[in-house]
Amino acid sequence: MLSPADIRDRPPERPTVRARSPLCQAAGLGLAALARLLAGSSVRWIASQPDTCQRIYFANHTSHLDALVIWASLPRAIRELTRPVAAKDYWSRGIVRRWLAQEVFDAILIDRTDIKVHQSPVDIMLREAGSARSLIVFPEGSRSVSGEVGEFKSGLYYLAKKRPELELVPVHIDNLNRVLPRGEFLPVPLLSCISFGPPLWLERGEAKLDFLARARRAVLALKE
Amino acid sequence: MTDNRTIALVAGVLALLTAATAVGQFLRRHPDRGLDPAAVGTFNSRLRGWWILCTVLAAAYWLGTTATVVLFGFVSFWALREFITLTPTRKGDHRALFWVFFAFTPLHYVLVGLDRYDVFSVFLPVYATLFVLARVAFAGDYKRFLERTAKIQAGLVVCVYCLSFAPALLQLQLPGSEGNSDGNFRLLFFLILLVQFADCMQYVWSRMLGQHLVAPTVSSNRTWEGLLGSATSTSLLAAALWWAAPPFQLWQATLAGFVVAVMGFAGGMTMSAIKRDRGVKDYGTLVVGHGGVLDRVDSMCFAAPVFYHITLLVTGIKP
Repeated sequence: MLSPADIRDRPPERPTVRARSPLCQAAGLGLAALARLLAGSSVRWIASQPDTCQRIYFANHTSHLDALVIWASLPRAIRELTRPVAAKDYWSRGIVRRWLAQEVFDAILIDRTDIKVHQSPVDIMLREAGSARSLIVFPEGSRSVSGEVGEFKSGLYYLAKKRPELELVPVHIDNLNRVLPRGEFLPVPLLSCISFGPPLWLERGEAKLDFLARARRAVLALKE
Repeated sequence: MTDNRTIALVAGVLALLTAATAVGQFLRRHPDRGLDPAAVGTFNSRLRGWWILCTVLAAAYWLGTTATVVLFGFVSFWALREFITLTPTRKGDHRALFWVFFAFTPLHYVLVGLDRYDVFSVFLPVYATLFVLARVAFAGDYKRFLERTAKIQAGLVVCVYCLSFAPALLQLQLPGSEGNSDGNFRLLFFLILLVQFADCMQYVWSRMLGQHLVAPTVSSNRTWEGLLGSATSTSLLAAALWWAAPPFQLWQATLAGFVVAVMGFAGGMTMSAIKRDRGVKDYGTLVVGHGGVLDRVDSMCFAAPVFYHITLLVTGIKP
């Protein structure tokens, strides 16, 4: 496994990241530490390594904390390159959330209610990702109620089809739905586990449903 | 400030640990001695744990009573975290759990730190119980109501209430030590030493002579021989070290050693039963990368309150 130091020392073909104010950087570091502490998350890389190459992390969706905790679990150099894709209706409500989403995580906010043909979420994500940034997406679309991993929506397939060279990294989030269940706003500090799996790609000619089922199995496989 | 008995104890522990470390390193470098390398590895990692424990204790002693209470507070918090993570809870328990973690646990340790035995001895077992019952009822989910509230209650009592009696030893007014807490720290160290020693001895005697398992369905390595051997050797150690534990006479220290060994064994059995029920081997593997705090303090949780009350009983000290 690569240590964060190895990643930091790697010669950069690293692209420039939008410069952020020291306050936002400090807030980001503090928030990442707080999220790791509160969610008690242990991070596992299973047959996979942290890397600054352009990736799409796709995970099961159980809690509002998911994007934050995955983002916080990445080594700092990678975290700064990674943008969570989040729901606009939740993350643009209130000054604090909007500031966090825009300035601290640099999230890509997607309007779930008003999807236009020319501005499909997939196009927005790929445009915002550009040629260097990685994304965190939740292919189920919304948080599961039962804690089971639901069927994946087709967005992941279109991401993979339009940018077949990106690494698709499955991520499994365990127990975070108990830390902050749906409909609650105060967390309970239980222990959770974030597992990153080996990357996968869209095979040539692979059908949409086959690919989505395979991607879902890759997430479930990390559950053990 | 530091008195002779504290110096003797610290020197003795340092000498023992250094000698044991030297032996462990010698055995590691000479694998041809015919000893099982895995056993040597276990021995060395146990020793590392001891060094860490003693360093933390020394730091706590140096920082004083309040810091030690806070330290135990964090250990309780983490143990409770593991306990509740392992226990299935429902969404209806969420609000009650929030209060348990962020109000009852810290408040209990504040009461321990303020030396309010009259309040903290009933705060969790009575008031937290009532609160948890009512809060879960208010949440409107009645499914397996008693089972769920009992789990939260058990976690709170074992991980927080019982463990807090260890730092509460620091608050006792020991005879002949006005304003000096050296004796209290020796008493706490005495308890920790006995608990750890009893754990080791249980393992050693079970391995050497173990024939009759106490409950094969619960634990496949805890035997009656282990229990008896551990109780005997721990009593002997307590007798040998009675001079270090201020309020005790020889027979009282021996009795304390015996009871600590039996209670520690009971704590280990209890946690084994819970783990068996949940199908995990230890709390550490539950979430990869965490040490498993509850695995380390289970014996202590059971031994601490009994040791505390024995101290009160046999010496006639008022809490």
